[in-house]
Amino acid sequence: MLGRLTWDAIPFNEPLPLLSGAVVGLVILAILVTVTVKGWWPYLWREWLTSVDHKRIGVMYVALGLVMLLRGFSDAIMMRTQQAIAIGSAQGYLPPEHYDQVFSAHGVIMIFFVAMPLVIGLMNFAVPLQLGVRDVAFPVLNSVSLWLTATGALLVNLSLVIGNFARTSWWNYPPLSELAFSPDVGVDYYLWSVQISGIGTLLTGINFVTTILKLRAPGMTYFRMPVFCWTALATNLLIVAAFPVLTATFMMLLLDRYLGMHFFTNDAGGNQMMYVNLFWAWGHPEVYILVLPAFGIFSEVVATFSGKGLFSYRSMVWATLGICILSFMVWLHHFFTMGAGANVNAFFGIMSSIIAVPTGVKVFNWLFTMFRGRIVFRTPMLFAVGFIVTFVTGGLTGVLLAVPPVDFVVHNSAFLVAHFHHVIIGGVVFGALAGINYWFPKAFGFTLDERFGHASFWCWLIGFYLAFMPLYQLGLMGMTRRLQHIPDPSWRPLLLVAEVGAIVIFCGILCQVAQLYVSIRTREQRRDLTGDPWNGRTLEWSTSSPPPAYNFAVLPKVETIDAFWQMKRKGLAPVKPAYEAIEMPRNSPAGFITAFFATVMGFSLIWQIWWLAILNFLAAAIVVLIAGWSIEREEEISAAEVAQMEQAR
Amino acid sequence: MTIATTLDRPLIGVPTELARGRGGGGPAPKRIVVAYGFWIFILSDMIMFSALFAAYAVLSGNTAGGPTGAELFNLRNVFIETMCLLLSSYTCGIGALSAERGEPARFLIFAVFTFVLGAAFLFIEGTEFARMVQMGAGPSRSAFLSSFFTLVGTHGVHVASGLVALVYLVAQARAYGLQPAVLRRLLCWSLFWHALDIVWVGVFTLVYLMGGH
Amino acid sequence: MNNPEHVFHDRTPGVEEREPTASYLSYTVGLGLAIIATIASFIVAQTNLLWPPGIPVGLIVLALAQIGVHLVFFLHLGSGPDSTNNVLALAFGVLIVFLVISGSVWIIANLNSNLMPMPQ
Repeated sequence: MLGRLTWDAIPFNEPLPLLSGAVVGLVILAILVTVTVKGWWPYLWREWLTSVDHKRIGVMYVALGLVMLLRGFSDAIMMRTQQAIAIGSAQGYLPPEHYDQVFSAHGVIMIFFVAMPLVIGLMNFAVPLQLGVRDVAFPVLNSVSLWLTATGALLVNLSLVIGNFARTSWWNYPPLSELAFSPDVGVDYYLWSVQISGIGTLLTGINFVTTILKLRAPGMTYFRMPVFCWTALATNLLIVAAFPVLTATFMMLLLDRYLGMHFFTNDAGGNQMMYVNLFWAWGHPEVYILVLPAFGIFSEVVATFSGKGLFSYRSMVWATLGICILSFMVWLHHFFTMGAGANVNAFFGIMSSIIAVPTGVKVFNWLFTMFRGRIVFRTPMLFAVGFIVTFVTGGLTGVLLAVPPVDFVVHNSAFLVAHFHHVIIGGVVFGALAGINYWFPKAFGFTLDERFGHASFWCWLIGFYLAFMPLYQLGLMGMTRRLQHIPDPSWRPLLLVAEVGAIVIFCGILCQVAQLYVSIRTREQRRDLTGDPWNGRTLEWSTSSPPPAYNFAVLPKVETIDAFWQMKRKGLAPVKPAYEAIEMPRNSPAGFITAFFATVMGFSLIWQIWWLAILNFLAAAIVVLIAGWSIEREEEISAAEVAQMEQAR
Repeated sequence: MTIATTLDRPLIGVPTELARGRGGGGPAPKRIVVAYGFWIFILSDMIMFSALFAAYAVLSGNTAGGPTGAELFNLRNVFIETMCLLLSSYTCGIGALSAERGEPARFLIFAVFTFVLGAAFLFIEGTEFARMVQMGAGPSRSAFLSSFFTLVGTHGVHVASGLVALVYLVAQARAYGLQPAVLRRLLCWSLFWHALDIVWVGVFTLVYLMGGH
Repeated sequence: MNNPEHVFHDRTPGVEEREPTASYLSYTVGLGLAIIATIASFIVAQTNLLWPPGIPVGLIVLALAQIGVHLVFFLHLGSGPDSTNNVLALAFGVLIVFLVISGSVWIIANLNSNLMPMPQ
């Protein structure tokens, strides 16, 4: 009846997951009770859960990412602590079968449920505003994407208390991930949660490519788009190109596990190396999907807080497109050591070195933008400067790793772990935090506290260097990654420094929480009344904070790059324009409800409750068919209402 | 001149630079936006198929002592299937033209032809699969067979979904008439159907003809 | 392309706006060419009409030709400025497909050749 789901699935004899699960469960219960008692459900349902507004969806994505950051970070500090303690004869507190789940979950959560939601959320919020349009091309699909991503996050977290997570690392290589060696539900949790959220991500890619190429304000030709929109375009092209490969790869592994096929098994002709190859054919574009939006954010931030237009807009665009194309030609550098011949390794090594060039172009452009600018060190700008220093040095270690013989020595050592955290934290995390601080006033109508913003930056920066510089040294000394127990006591001092670094980062996260709390409490003093708190250059700053649902009462006519800057210099028109009626898409529960059924379906597939899986699949399909039956998806805001809302600005 | 909505408003006689969707004219009309988005989706689907093709290419020699393609494939049936699908692409095109020109009866006839031909394709493919499984050459026999069944089977699942969607859309056309929203969806469906035939060209060439001789 | 007299109708694949007879003709010609290409493929594969070592190349050429026929006659993918977005998107897709398939084949063949021989 219930497949392989039994009471044994709940970890009654394992205090850590049981306790943390109980705490999280209680917190969620408390939130649900509060919402019910205060009668907030109608508001939440109407304004958020069924919203198809890109601004709301963007906020929810970022919220998801930040909450999951707490989970992913707790995994990190558990690992750091285990490695600081379990040295020599000490055994630490995490047995291997748990430690393996912790590092696997850490990777999966940070990549798929922190970094992706953060960058997708920021693109969701800012791109339509920057393009001067009312919403993305397919708003209902946008909602579906958000909730399918949340489905994946929920499934991963369920694995903490019902069953277990994968022990196979975030790559999930066969044959370890095949049924013969991982018969329990862990790998299935991994596969279904990422597969389902991957569909959501692919739909986002389609949505944004179409939006950027086909929906822009009048007069906004390609070379008048903000650079963030160019990086968003490149990112979403990569999503459209890479995620189908991941979907196919996971489908093949699922077929191996569920239907006894032999794509990657040890027997009957399976080839495990093909999984590695296909996984990284997705995996490398994925890291560019993460970092390109961060590059775009920094282009906006550096220009705004230097009071200058971005240096060499055109080369920035060509560099972005170059990175986009090249990122699909380097993936073998993730498995130089798998045994390919010299010619193959050399080709990919050279391509990996070449891809550093357009990134270098971008760095020089940012530096030249700052040169002779009037720099204002608000929180986003601090992150930008921290990014330039950190990402460049991290990238240098990357170019080092691009040389196959060097990689042969340090592949999968702590050196590699240091490298990718170097570029991901320096690039993606700093970018996301800069973007959040930058666009928060636009989204919510008040700025974030600067002191706590600065404090969180310094904690993140110092904490990062303390946590990861020792890992470079440790890698060169021979420490591999994913060690549950440290054999060599001489590594202890460096591991202790790394642990201190993790604690400092934790302080940074606490500062962010404090920043949010303080900012909300003092929000009346920090109201953004002009809509333009940073003296911005792009169109989103021409709207009120927060913008009305329709963004622009009248779509702006764009004549140059940095359209808003141009408008400010020429003086905004004092004449009231003639308002026309605006058609906005109606809210839709389709996304939320489909994702609900997808969640239960995923859970049933994991636990092999076949009847429940089929039922929920059919239910989800029916929801899609019902939602697809409607012809009138939009409602009109009359010209009078528009005029009224504009008066109130 | 400002454009306040994304509704279908033709923009005629405007310099290319200011034309919609290409730069200066503002947001493109809905039909263009929807069809372009669907085109991007089709391309992503092609990329997913390419990963399955790659797996097939790499694993097709791994027969693990079991039967090979040459021993299993019935090329006469493959030819009939191919013709069915190709003709269904043609009838789909004629049907789409009829719908665009507001000829509901003609559209219905060609939609039925398309469905029948697509169903014939699936029927033949289904019997082929059943025959292979019965002789012990199912997808769990070897890596070659796993990749064969998955590649060809995924295409078949797409065809089946297309047929379900066709019934659904024909019902919509009957209920709402051939209005712009319905025509947009029919346009997307025909893009999908032609794309499936393109994938099939790859399948019958690389899997059946190259593997089967 | 900047000619102000040029009437610009943004096009997408599948949207056909020419004369009715021209459109029906387009589909029919496309069908005819596709049928010829299909029959040719089957003949090439099953007889020795083509020099045997050249059969795979011949099949690929015929397949690409037929795909082209589909794109032009069924999907109306043109070469004018109206179709640029669509052609660029297609080109991007083709590039990725090429990289995934040829990259995987090259890499795996190289890796396979470095594997230890299987015990007999």
